[in-house]
Amino acid sequence: MNAALTGYNFGYLDEATKRMIRRALLKAVCIPGHQVPFGAREMPLPYGWGTGGIQVTASVLGPDDVLKVIDQGADDTTNAVSIRRFFNRVAGVATTESTAEATIIQTRHRIPETPLSEGQILVYQVPMPEPLFRLEPRVAESTRLHAMAEYGLMQVKLYEDIARQGEVATSYNHPVMVNHRYLMSPSPIPAFDNPKMHMNAGLQLFGAGREKRIYAVPPYTDVRSLDFEDHPFKPVRAPHACAICGSEESYLDEVITDDQGGRMHVCSDTDYCASRPPV
Amino acid sequence: MYVSVKGGETAIGHAHAWLAEARRGDPALPELTVAQIEEQLALAVDRVMAEGACADRGLAALALKQARGDSTEAAFLLRAYRTTLPRFGYTLPVDTGAMAIQRRISSTYKDLPGGQVLGPTFDYTHRLLDFALAAEGLDPPPPAEAEQGAQRMPQVTEILAQEGLMAPDAPSNAEPPDLTREPLAFPANRALRLQAMARGDEGFLLSLGYSTQRGYGNAHPFVGEIRMGEVSVEIEPPELGFAIDIGDMVVTECQMVNQFVGNAEAPPQFTRGYGLVVGQNERKAMAMALVDRALRAPELGEEATAPAQSPEFVLYHCDNVESTGFVEHLKLPHYVDFQSELEKIRAIRARWFAERTE
Repeated sequence: MNAALTGYNFGYLDEATKRMIRRALLKAVCIPGHQVPFGAREMPLPYGWGTGGIQVTASVLGPDDVLKVIDQGADDTTNAVSIRRFFNRVAGVATTESTAEATIIQTRHRIPETPLSEGQILVYQVPMPEPLFRLEPRVAESTRLHAMAEYGLMQVKLYEDIARQGEVATSYNHPVMVNHRYLMSPSPIPAFDNPKMHMNAGLQLFGAGREKRIYAVPPYTDVRSLDFEDHPFKPVRAPHACAICGSEESYLDEVITDDQGGRMHVCSDTDYCASRPPV
Repeated sequence: MYVSVKGGETAIGHAHAWLAEARRGDPALPELTVAQIEEQLALAVDRVMAEGACADRGLAALALKQARGDSTEAAFLLRAYRTTLPRFGYTLPVDTGAMAIQRRISSTYKDLPGGQVLGPTFDYTHRLLDFALAAEGLDPPPPAEAEQGAQRMPQVTEILAQEGLMAPDAPSNAEPPDLTREPLAFPANRALRLQAMARGDEGFLLSLGYSTQRGYGNAHPFVGEIRMGEVSVEIEPPELGFAIDIGDMVVTECQMVNQFVGNAEAPPQFTRGYGLVVGQNERKAMAMALVDRALRAPELGEEATAPAQSPEFVLYHCDNVESTGFVEHLKLPHYVDFQSELEKIRAIRARWFAERTE
């Protein structure tokens, strides 16, 4: 099932397409947090399954790279398995489940618990790159708001949340200001992961295939979650310890164990959890 | 128990095998051939070819077979395939005036040069289930054949234009944008809008076109003409300097004639809504022509208030491969985000109850 495909270029995309995507990536790195339109291609996986991240990964991947793919923090979720197998077939690269060993990590909805080091690339799959889309669905208009750094709409939305229910209502995909200039969607990672983006040693690349946008956070860039002085940003995790490794720092999945209200909590990051001694 | 989320790889393999078995159906029945699909489910093949943006009926038939008859899935298969094809160049504009007509009707003139040709249409059939079709092996008698008219059939809109009644579309030699290479950008010119709709979802365009007739967009359309038949596709290789015919393909073209009240610069006249679809698909060509005209509202100084008049609304949502991807991705795991929603709603509920017990 993992036999390499013949008849396709390394990484599936042809070299001209990869060059086009690399140009968009370079521009994105030069303007942290700014969304760069790119000519996204139809991929053999559906839109919404990570076509943006796959195209970014395909464009930066070399034969010596070691690839890790996670979905919901885990290496063994079906979509992570499917994407990893795709790159194994079309690029034949080495894959790993270890965050530390990977040179490129493609992710959906999580940032690994193990901090990235210099030289590592984290590729995010992004469903909606526009942080303002719920407030301003017209792309022509939101583009103008970014140009003028006019983000009052979002501040008012957060203020209204606090006024109505005492706290900000976003628990994931909480918008961030990048390099004091661009409002950016961190992709639907839990707010718990937002602080990991700040001054991260790794290169963070974001690909939105259906919306045809690429953006980036270069290493050691200021990334601040939007908040107020009197209502500072609060990352949230379930107030429990992992049932497998006992971690009280990691982000947890809540697993239903029976129909009597039984619950257990386990690390969402399977590599982190497995690297720790079991309780 | 926690292992239930493990083993994705094995599960995927088993699911694929089950899918293959389900696709084949009862092995006691003969397997459908791609040629049978191409010949006998011709309109389904044409729809997949148009929405898959790949003018190859054989591949579209194969995609339909592989997709178990799911036209959107089949269009997706074709799209994914076409991305891998090298691009040799661009064809010259096809001349639909020189079409080898299979069908041509006008609802604005009783008779006109070239005449009305009903062609292979459902229009005047009575929709009675034909149980004779359930019995196999009954070939229909051949239809009567008319002399193929050699004359060029002028388009109705050309006839109106001769009298100055049809607003001319501004000719342009500008390179048309290429939706398959560049992301959508706004403002989108008409060439880009038509390109997007030509491969857009038939159902979406049908509903939007319908909405313009029901007051959401103020349409006053007449079918100036619908024509369907083969057109020649030509390219002009730079090293040759003249056009060569690389093949024929069937297209359906609809030109709607719409009222326009005129303004300070332009006298009252008719305006065009245009639809062109690869293959035989009259419903979509007509819907596309309605939406094309609705999208011209700003250019004609009309107030744009309805969804069909909003280029962003129409173009961002007409692509069924994009739409189905984003709608269906909701079935992928979202438990990390849902977990943060759980913690959030528990905290907010705790505050809600605390405030009420104080």
